[in-house]
Amino acid sequence: MAEKILMKGNEAIAYAAINCGCDGYFGYPITPQSEVMETLMQEKPWETTGMVVLQAESETSSINMVYGGACCGKKVMTSSSSPGISLMCEGLSYLAGCELPCLVVNVMRGGPGLGTIQPSQSDYFQATKGGGHGDYRTIVLAPASVQDMYDFVDLSFELAFKYRNPVMILGDGIVGQMMEKVELRPAKPRRTDEEVRALCDSWATLGKPASREGNIVTSLALDAEIMERFNIHLQNKYATIEANEARYETYKTEDAEYLIVAFGCMSRICENVVELAREDGIKLGVLRPITLYPYPEKALDALVPQMKSIMSVELNSGQMVEDVRRIAAGRVPVHFYGRQGGAIPSPEEIYEAFVKKIKK
Amino acid sequence: MKEEIIIAGFGGQGVLFMGRILAYGGIMQDQEVTWMPSYGPEMRGGTCNVSVILSDNKISSPILSRFDTAIILNQQSLDKFESRVKPGGVLIYDPNGITRHPERKDIKVCRIDAVDEATKLGNAKAYNMIVLGAYLKVKPVVSMENVVKGLRKSLPERHHHLMEMNEKAISVGMNAVEIL
Repeated sequence: MAEKILMKGNEAIAYAAINCGCDGYFGYPITPQSEVMETLMQEKPWETTGMVVLQAESETSSINMVYGGACCGKKVMTSSSSPGISLMCEGLSYLAGCELPCLVVNVMRGGPGLGTIQPSQSDYFQATKGGGHGDYRTIVLAPASVQDMYDFVDLSFELAFKYRNPVMILGDGIVGQMMEKVELRPAKPRRTDEEVRALCDSWATLGKPASREGNIVTSLALDAEIMERFNIHLQNKYATIEANEARYETYKTEDAEYLIVAFGCMSRICENVVELAREDGIKLGVLRPITLYPYPEKALDALVPQMKSIMSVELNSGQMVEDVRRIAAGRVPVHFYGRQGGAIPSPEEIYEAFVKKIKK
Repeated sequence: MKEEIIIAGFGGQGVLFMGRILAYGGIMQDQEVTWMPSYGPEMRGGTCNVSVILSDNKISSPILSRFDTAIILNQQSLDKFESRVKPGGVLIYDPNGITRHPERKDIKVCRIDAVDEATKLGNAKAYNMIVLGAYLKVKPVVSMENVVKGLRKSLPERHHHLMEMNEKAISVGMNAVEIL
């Protein structure tokens, strides 16, 4: 059996990056995710795998360093928390517009503005609906455990290169700061120059060989016809992602008459709510979207008919609930319960809110 | 077996580290564990707490509102967490600096004079290990063997020469704890 190590979610991101052959990390410290870069600096992967770790002068620089590394077909990443991610959104739009693979980790804290350092899920809209300008999508994974934080790094790079698209791990202060045991995975070496060329030669700026024209990485096309064609290409790619990459988990939904939808660590808190409800004879289950984009539409759609009502539980004022309502499409009542600004509800508090909603 | 613990006190008392050793001890006996610290403004203002869950089964919520055991090392934490110990649960506290002692009758209250014991040992840094020993005496949820393994995993290698001192402090705590 692989060794199991006790670590924080933020540390898991760092160890996973080194382990899965990441070429470069560029970041700027911000609570509650500073341990990502701290761990990387402590582990000094530049002495072992050759991975670059660089503290940039701001989040704007970090994301543009990611852009540069990604242009060269490298596995590159950054991490930040909500206010820092806002600064990166211009870069994210450019990365999406140039179809560049990369990983951005957002360990969310409460906003708006500088907000608080406490956990939050109030960047759901920003992560899943854009953030930056233009018709683009970011693949978004929502970890609920430290093992997820670890495993999603490699998965993110796989998806990023498969679709040439930015991928975001959307965690929060709870999964970032919490320690749990992590089962380490077999290490992947960093890609060699030959492997990068074999994989990315059609688009990356690797130095122009005599055998082909030079690659140009740009998101600019002034001709409307060309730009529309490119936009249609992007939308087709997103349709493929939506068809193939939706991921989710269910908890006791088989016989459920009521459903809670919750992502990230809230889904775990809501599993305890299920136990409280079932002690009272109420058949409650949980749907946990693992990918927030693409949203597990089919899974939720299939569960709707058996439910008397659905409640979305989030650490925000009601963001994902808009997607839940869209998919439920008026077939059953969709309620919402949330706490904001860094407050975290206990299972008992959520259960009380749930009972009030279903008794109305 | 499932044990939900809150350890609360001042920053610098070794609250987070104590929780870490317990969590690692749990891993050593093949349990599921979570360790969730306070990292917010309260920590920056001086108080600090960590909740640790050890369980034979998968752990759902890492966020707790009630605890099987509260290990309390200052007045603010006693005020905050005394009411949140489950009926029949355990509250272990160090009376040093406490002006209002625990009042509940439906829980097991234990005292450990860890500041005094650490002074007797001549090592203020052994404080948290003395408290840990007190807890393990009252609730032997992690075997001594696994605690020692957890301690070894939690201490950086350059501090491994301190293992013996730490183990001694744990046994001091085990002998000094008083069930009220």
